[in-house]
Parts: sequence; C-alpha cells; structure tokens
Amino acid sequence: MTIRNSLLALLAEQPAHGYGLKSAFEQRTAGTWSLNVGQVYTTLTRLERDGLVEPAAGGEGQKQTWRITDAGRTVLRDWLDAPVLADPPPRDELVLKVLLATATDSIDLGPILHSQRVATLERLQRLTRLKAKADPDQELAWTLLLDALVLDAQAQIQWLDLCEARIAERDR
Amino acid sequence: MSASDEPVLALEALERVHGSGEQAVRALGPIDLTVARGEFVAVMGPSGSGKSTLLALAGALDDPTGGRVCVHGHDLARLSARDLAALRRRSIGYVFQDLNLLPGLSALENVALPLELDGVRQRHARAEALATLQRVRIDHLAARFPDDLSGGERQRVAIARAIVGPRTLMLADEPTGALDSVTGERVMRLLRGACDDGRSVVLVTHDASHAAWADRVLHLRDGLWFEPAVADAAARFDGVGS
Repeated sequence: MTIRNSLLALLAEQPAHGYGLKSAFEQRTAGTWSLNVGQVYTTLTRLERDGLVEPAAGGEGQKQTWRITDAGRTVLRDWLDAPVLADPPPRDELVLKVLLATATDSIDLGPILHSQRVATLERLQRLTRLKAKADPDQELAWTLLLDALVLDAQAQIQWLDLCEARIAERDR
Repeated sequence: MSASDEPVLALEALERVHGSGEQAVRALGPIDLTVARGEFVAVMGPSGSGKSTLLALAGALDDPTGGRVCVHGHDLARLSARDLAALRRRSIGYVFQDLNLLPGLSALENVALPLELDGVRQRHARAEALATLQRVRIDHLAARFPDDLSGGERQRVAIARAIVGPRTLMLADEPTGALDSVTGERVMRLLRGACDDGRSVVLVTHDASHAAWADRVLHLRDGLWFEPAVADAAARFDGVGS
C-alpha cells in the first residue's frame, strides 16, 4: 500500500518510467528504504489495472512512461488526507524480546537492556553526525527523515531506561 | 607530557560522600575520567546517579571527599583560593539550566563580565564579547537585557559567556532543559562547534538525543560508571559547525 501510494505521489509531480520512479523514491528517502525495480513494475501493472495510472505517449527511448489518472489523484488525495494509524501496531522485535525475557525468571534483563542501549546510542550518534552536516534549508526532506530516525532511536533509549527503572522498583 | 597532549580535565579516584559514619551517603565515586583537548564527553544517568555532583566537582563548585580533580594538570585542591578563582574564570565555562545571567546587564555586558573581572580592559572585553556573540549568531541582540530575550536567545548568551576568552573547558548541565527541540538542537550545535574549535565539553544529560552529539557517552548509576566507556574513537565528528 505504501509503495502504491508513493508511486502515485511521484507520478503526480510528473510522468516517469519504472526505473525513474525507483530512483526518485530512493532519492526522496535518501536511500533509507530501497525499492527493487521488479516491485515497481508489478505495482505499476496493478495501478494500471485499477485505472490509477496510464501509459503516457512519448517516453525516453524504448522505456514506457507512466502518468497518473484523475482516479489516481483521488486515491492519492485520500491517502494524504487520512491520518496514519497502525492498528494493531507493527510487531517490534525489541519490545517482544524484552516482554518474553521478563516472563522468564532465569534471564537477567540488565545486561540485555544495556547492550541494546549502547547499540542504539551508537546509531543515534551516527544519525546525529549526519544531521550535523545536513542543511535544513537546502535538504528539508533529508533533515526531516533524519529527525524521524533520531526521535525513533531516542524513544527506544527512553523506553529501555524506563524498563530498567521499573524492574529496579519491582525488585526493591 | 607537552601542554597540548595533557588532558584538559582529569578526575582521579574522585569521590563525594555526604555526611559521615552510618549516615554517610555516597553521591559519587570513586571514578576516573580523562577529557582530551577538543573532546566532547556526555555523561548520562537517571536523577540521583551523580551526574550533577560530577560536574560540580569538575568545575570546582564543590569539594571532593576523596581523589582529585586536575584541570590542565593543576590539582584544584592544591591551588590557593585566589589561583582557583582565576583558573575557574579563565579556563572553565559553565552552562547550566539556571543561567544566572545578570538581569541588570545587557547581553554584551553579561558576556564581557568574566573578562572584565579578570582585568581585561572594558573596551577589549566588550570587543571580544561582541565577537563571541557573533559566533553564536546573536550579535544583533547585544544591547538587549535578559528579560527581553527568548529562552533560546538567553541560552545562547549563556554559551557565549561560557566560551568567551581563552576558556578551554565547558561544563554543561542539561543546558537545553526548557527549550523546544529546534532551539535545543541549535544549542547542541554550538557546543559541538566549540569542540571543533579545540575546546572540550563535558555535558551531563538524561536526553540521549543530546548525548549523541558527543564523541563519547558514559553512563552513571549510583555514582559509578555503569559499564566500561561506550567509546567510539574512530567515529569522531569531522569539522562540524563553527
């Protein structure tokens, strides 16, 4: 669904061919989420079947160029207008690991939580270095993406701190 | 050891115990810490873990009950009161959440004050203060009084005051506490920039996103290092800010 809507959003700007869509998607997301070109073609076929995109005349050379239809714009508009709420939330491996470990008396969670904290903090340091070099005026999308990843890592560390504090209280 | 590779700050078996006998409460230590020139070290830990005690001892705002604090190789306990005061003025800049800007002085006068106290002539002190305000990009606010500045602007004045002159060690305690995220990030960029200029920073915080601006992040629990340093020497910042 996300890929489908992303392709519609890219095509709403200008017609493009499959490989161009792959490149544009990866450029917008600064390579954080890669897209394989096969996935792009399959999605385009489905979008055409549903009447949301159509072949555009005159592309570069042999490559088929696609453009968005009015129906496609409506679907895109609906996507942009609807708040994003994942329900149930996506499965989080770390949360699961900690929940399962707390249920097992023989497992000492302290070292598990701390090694995760150290790893996430290192990731946060890498992201912060990228952020320090980014210019929000020139690279808004890239900065916003970094902000999201930074906050994600920060939230994870806060949660680990909270786990540690709650376990310490329980054991007191 | 030459002056340039001597640590800016060295804490050796540093301890702070409040009270004595059965009533004694150990707030910190014994711990060691060495901070090199140009290094940015963050200390994280929950409330009561000893972070602020560590900073107060490092900045000679409190006296240890054991071990020692050396700034540029000078054992603080062996300095006379007069020399200690001079070292604090000349070498150490403090950035605390409670900023202590003097309300009766303009931003410029607040920043110039430590230099003037140190005997620098007013004209030179103010010129240098203005240059420092320029570095933190608020020289246009030089004539304003603290009450007429926003929280973020006041924090930048406080940072200018902490780095003005030849200060080489900046001690920061949750310096972004009351600021929104964008302004808080700007403050972290300034601290980062100060390190890239060759100054050293010790930041205590419970906010991982602020600690992440440091070269090294250490964790305190109940007054002791929680784990060996989470150091990543290879991953130093290269030329950010300034």
